[in-house]
Amino acid sequence: MKEVTFKINGQEMTVPEGTTILEAARQCNIDIPTLCYLKDVNEIGACRMCLVEIAGARALQAACVYPVANGIEVLTNTPNVREARRVNLELILSNHNRECTTCIRSENCELQTLATDLGVSEVPFEGEVSGTLVDDKSDSIVRDESKCILCKRCVAVCGDVQNVAVLGSVGRGFTSQVQPVFGRSLADVGCIRCGQCIVNCPVGALKEKSSIQEVWDAIADPTKTVIVETAPAVRASLGEEFGYPMGTPVTDQMAAALRRLGFDKVFDTGFGADVTIMEEGTELLGRVTNGGVLPMITSCSPGWISYIETNYPEFLPHLSTCKSPQQITGALLKSHYAETNGIDPKDMVVVSVMPCTAKKYELKREELKVDGIPDVDISITTRELARMIKEARIMFDQLPKEEFDDYYGEYTGAAVIFGATGGVMEAAVRTLADILNKKDIQAIDYEMVRGVQGIKTATVDVTPDLAVKLLVASGGSNIEKVMQQLKAGELADTHFIELMGCPGGCVNGGGQSIVPAKDKMDIDIRAERAKALYVSDAKITKYRKSHQSPAVIRIYDEYLGEPNGHKSHHLLHTTYSQKPKLV
Amino acid sequence: MAYKRSQILICGGTGCCSSGAMTLVKELKKELVKHDILDEVEVVATGCFGLCELGPVVIVYPEGTFYSRVEAADITELVEEHLVKGRPLDRLIYTEKGDGHHPLSINDLGFFKTQKRIALVNCGVIDPENIDEYIAFDGYMALEKVLLTMTPIDVINEVKASGLRGRGGGGFPTGLKWQFAHDAVSEDGVKYVACNADEGDPGAFMDRSVLEGDPHALIEAMAIAGFAVGAAKGYVYVRAEYPIAVNRLQIAIDQAKEYGLLGENIFDTDFAFDLEIRLGAGAFVCGEETALMNSIEGKRGEPRPRPPFPANKGLFGKPTVLNNVETYANIPAIILKGAEWFASVGTEKSKGTKVFALGGKINNTGLLEIPMGTTLREIVYDIGGGIPNGKAFKAAQTGGPSGGCIPASLLDTPIDYDNLIAIGSMMGSGGLIVMDEDNCMVDVARFFLDFTQDESCGKCPPCRIGTKRMLEILERICDGKGVKGDIERLEELAVGIKASALCGLGQTAPNPVLSTIRYFRDEYEAHINDKKCPAGVCKHLLDFTIDPETCKGCGICAKKCPADAITGEKKKPYTIDTAKCIKCNACIEACPFGSISKA
Amino acid sequence: MAKSLAELKAIREKKLNEINLRHGKDGYRVVVGMATCGIAAGARPVMVKLMEEVEAKNLVDVTVAQTGCIGSCRLEPIVEVYDGNNDKVTYVHMNAEKVARVVAEHLAQGKIVDEYTMTVVDGKLIDPTVKG
Repeated sequence: MKEVTFKINGQEMTVPEGTTILEAARQCNIDIPTLCYLKDVNEIGACRMCLVEIAGARALQAACVYPVANGIEVLTNTPNVREARRVNLELILSNHNRECTTCIRSENCELQTLATDLGVSEVPFEGEVSGTLVDDKSDSIVRDESKCILCKRCVAVCGDVQNVAVLGSVGRGFTSQVQPVFGRSLADVGCIRCGQCIVNCPVGALKEKSSIQEVWDAIADPTKTVIVETAPAVRASLGEEFGYPMGTPVTDQMAAALRRLGFDKVFDTGFGADVTIMEEGTELLGRVTNGGVLPMITSCSPGWISYIETNYPEFLPHLSTCKSPQQITGALLKSHYAETNGIDPKDMVVVSVMPCTAKKYELKREELKVDGIPDVDISITTRELARMIKEARIMFDQLPKEEFDDYYGEYTGAAVIFGATGGVMEAAVRTLADILNKKDIQAIDYEMVRGVQGIKTATVDVTPDLAVKLLVASGGSNIEKVMQQLKAGELADTHFIELMGCPGGCVNGGGQSIVPAKDKMDIDIRAERAKALYVSDAKITKYRKSHQSPAVIRIYDEYLGEPNGHKSHHLLHTTYSQKPKLV
Repeated sequence: MAYKRSQILICGGTGCCSSGAMTLVKELKKELVKHDILDEVEVVATGCFGLCELGPVVIVYPEGTFYSRVEAADITELVEEHLVKGRPLDRLIYTEKGDGHHPLSINDLGFFKTQKRIALVNCGVIDPENIDEYIAFDGYMALEKVLLTMTPIDVINEVKASGLRGRGGGGFPTGLKWQFAHDAVSEDGVKYVACNADEGDPGAFMDRSVLEGDPHALIEAMAIAGFAVGAAKGYVYVRAEYPIAVNRLQIAIDQAKEYGLLGENIFDTDFAFDLEIRLGAGAFVCGEETALMNSIEGKRGEPRPRPPFPANKGLFGKPTVLNNVETYANIPAIILKGAEWFASVGTEKSKGTKVFALGGKINNTGLLEIPMGTTLREIVYDIGGGIPNGKAFKAAQTGGPSGGCIPASLLDTPIDYDNLIAIGSMMGSGGLIVMDEDNCMVDVARFFLDFTQDESCGKCPPCRIGTKRMLEILERICDGKGVKGDIERLEELAVGIKASALCGLGQTAPNPVLSTIRYFRDEYEAHINDKKCPAGVCKHLLDFTIDPETCKGCGICAKKCPADAITGEKKKPYTIDTAKCIKCNACIEACPFGSISKA
Repeated sequence: MAKSLAELKAIREKKLNEINLRHGKDGYRVVVGMATCGIAAGARPVMVKLMEEVEAKNLVDVTVAQTGCIGSCRLEPIVEVYDGNNDKVTYVHMNAEKVARVVAEHLAQGKIVDEYTMTVVDGKLIDPTVKG
């Protein structure tokens, strides 16, 4: 690789050609401020916070997009630079709703941090403010224009990363805004509710629609049995909200905290994930042997479901009819658990804690209800759970380690890795291989479907006679590529496809803890959080294959009968239909 | 009969078209038919002559008689007198202000005397819709010379040696730009040539005039640029608000294609070049080169950071040469007459000529082309004919919304790129607005800021929010609500925005404010400290009063007042209720005794 | 149809001849008196013939213009020929035939047609050339 040598604040440096000033500066411990910059996603030089002086250049230059060139002299801390950044920040603040103390992003706001770091203590240029609209019509996402600083990270993520592109720049000059098309609500434009816009927003302009109060109300209602289920990916991120290093699994404290919040039962979505493997695996086998529609595609991710329903309705028969683990858990709680415990399902409130904002929408889908009753009543994100724990003044890091409640709180390693891209696939293959070979296979680390690459393919010889072709993809733009291949007939010999709406899978879901863009320069949060799950799978869980879970065996023995049987179909399977792009 | 004893040139530029030039063409032909002389007299609609103030303009050759403000009703007499009887029609011949005699020929006019036409050489001379006329005046001979006798490096060196700098405002050396694009490596070999014809400065119409009057010059120049940098495709980005220009350019492209001057194997060489028009929807920022390229690519018209520069990564990510219309219009002459000839015109660092659109408080508004180094005084007084109504010159604004105001004390500054920058303005694309004592400089600054903040694309905060905040301060100063420290706040914002905005629009937006503060700080102070507008423009700072000594009590003012602010008894002095007064000036204009004043 | 270089040059020559009024010509400028008196005396056929002949002989440098009353109404139709130095020869009592000869001899060959000039008027002999 070619290298370039230059000077930064008088210090000579040699870096690979193409390195930006921003990246180079970090290597010599200079943290150039940024707002709009989002590594590999939004590199547009718009916010002007990263301005630096380049000797001889006419104007200040944006470090985030300026490639270092041989012989240039960069100055990052001159009076001009400091003044320009300060005036610029003051201007941004003058058009920002500065209700910081009551803002959901207080203390995790990149703008607030910059204002503190750069010593901006007053805003001398007050005037008209441009954004006032608050759009809260979506089931999942609330957009507050009064806080938007037009960094366009959401636009880039929604368009370039997710290939959904329902957010864009509208208008010009002072009145320009980031909005869905035609001034519509996010609820009406084909948004898949993945929440990637939220986790990439530097400020409080985008947030999940909060369901915290509903949960408190349910808990406070003595007539209700309130049960919580938590998704695998939540434990990989919740710790971040309480100061744990990223990738620390906090499963046991979480269980303890949930109990202290007042939930009557603390169960785990992993239980439903294991059942999912039984149902989905059986469905796949059935399709392979009976000449059904292949490749079969997973249906766990509601973002992905929205994507296919709006963009590729002609491929809906490829979807597994299985409900997602959230719904399967809920459906079994409201049927089997309710029956065995003598509770009227109408008096049960099932709360899910999810890494996902789309789950808030999923639970409302009519197609998923059983006899008119929703499987899950309320879904909160990882962040909302953290807020509840904080509000309840629970000292999370001091909590004793506790376990989930029995039966529905039991889960295997296969279920845990559902939270990472490739995890569903690996879990399914573990079970398929065992069932088809009728033995307990020991080599079950299918590394070829692990990792953060957007699209992964593998061929696994599950039996000497059957090689299954697998494909795993996550994130809308990768999904789009897969769908194009499918459309072109290039995937005709593929058997099974796992698609997740968020890049990296649920660990990087739109409901997870929000990581500043700056930190994302140094670490890949998808990989870090996934590590927590794979560690749990390998070292912590007692069983690593869904079909070996005692809880799973029991539920089929006691209640469901056989996978894809009559009862399963009634409770655990669903249908899909085309959804309009514009409502 | 092919032989024509006389040719009548009618300006078909946008200005004259608006004032009825095309009706004149019809009327003329009708009259010529009536006298049965249609086959001996030719009627030609040309591009802009420059003297838009006097439009519609008609020139009759061979005499070169210059008729101004010709109306349809004049045509019968004009044909009868001049073309049938051979007597110039005196009453329509343009007389220079304060100058009793009628110059018979266009070349005798002061407006044209000091001009030197290179970019505009064919404007007002040829029929822009007839490629043969362009060819007659050496059209496409430069392209021929380039293709048959020169290498791309020869061409670049010639342009470099000419000293030509970008006429769109920035003044970057054109030859160097071509060199960069020539040297840039394109993986698939594709490069582009683009033309910025998205002229957007208020009151500026240099590029429009070239497109309307000499579109083939642009086509020829772009083909030459294509040869020089190795591009086979060009785009002309024209604002859709220029329908005549777009139409004529399209006609010219079609004709050039028909003649094989665009397309494959031009002049039987291997060189191929094609041109396409792309219409802009009127966003000012799309005149900024990277925003323009985004717009051509079908994206939102927002600037991109540079580097990468267009020469390396321009249109569709390919090396691209982007020049403005006027820059290109100089190229054929440079190739044909040589770099040395071109460099002999102008100043040391600014070679050649510059086209300006002269407007505002000036007698001869219009389009002019002067050698670089001409002083502002020569433009205002010799070419522009001075300030109307005997008013005093106060300032000239160059560079449009990106430029600054030049005060009377600097009238003798030779105009070139570097001098204008040094005095706080810039060349810009060539708008030149003259202001007299009745212009309030704070109001002027407010006007330009209003424009730029409205035209900001909104991508970067300094421009999006900063220009708005500056405008808010200027508005409150004009409204009499300015507070101590506002000038300093404006300066702080201006410096910050200039240093940090993403593109040229933002980086130059504060210039009108900075230059007016620099040269007319006292006016700002009068607004803020004394709550007075010395020029009598800012309504909120004016009080209308009736002088009881001279008021005859006729009551006309009270009748005219739309706000019922004036009351009084007949034959006694009237009075104005300042609380009700909306400062519309109606009373001042109505008073037969000059008894009402504002201050 | 794509044009060859030679064709373009031909277009250039031809068109230049047609339109070089606008740049001024070096050759003779012929002015026909076209006021009421001239027209009444038959100036129009003279003018038309003049133009036809100029075209027929391809005298590309010749400008044909008309003017108002020259002042000697009794001599109309009058045709005046100016040379490059603005010296002029005035032909009087012109008609189509005469003007054809003027074109053939004076404009094409530079020979002044003495007998049509004012030199024979009223029996007086005058130098036909008036210095400009």
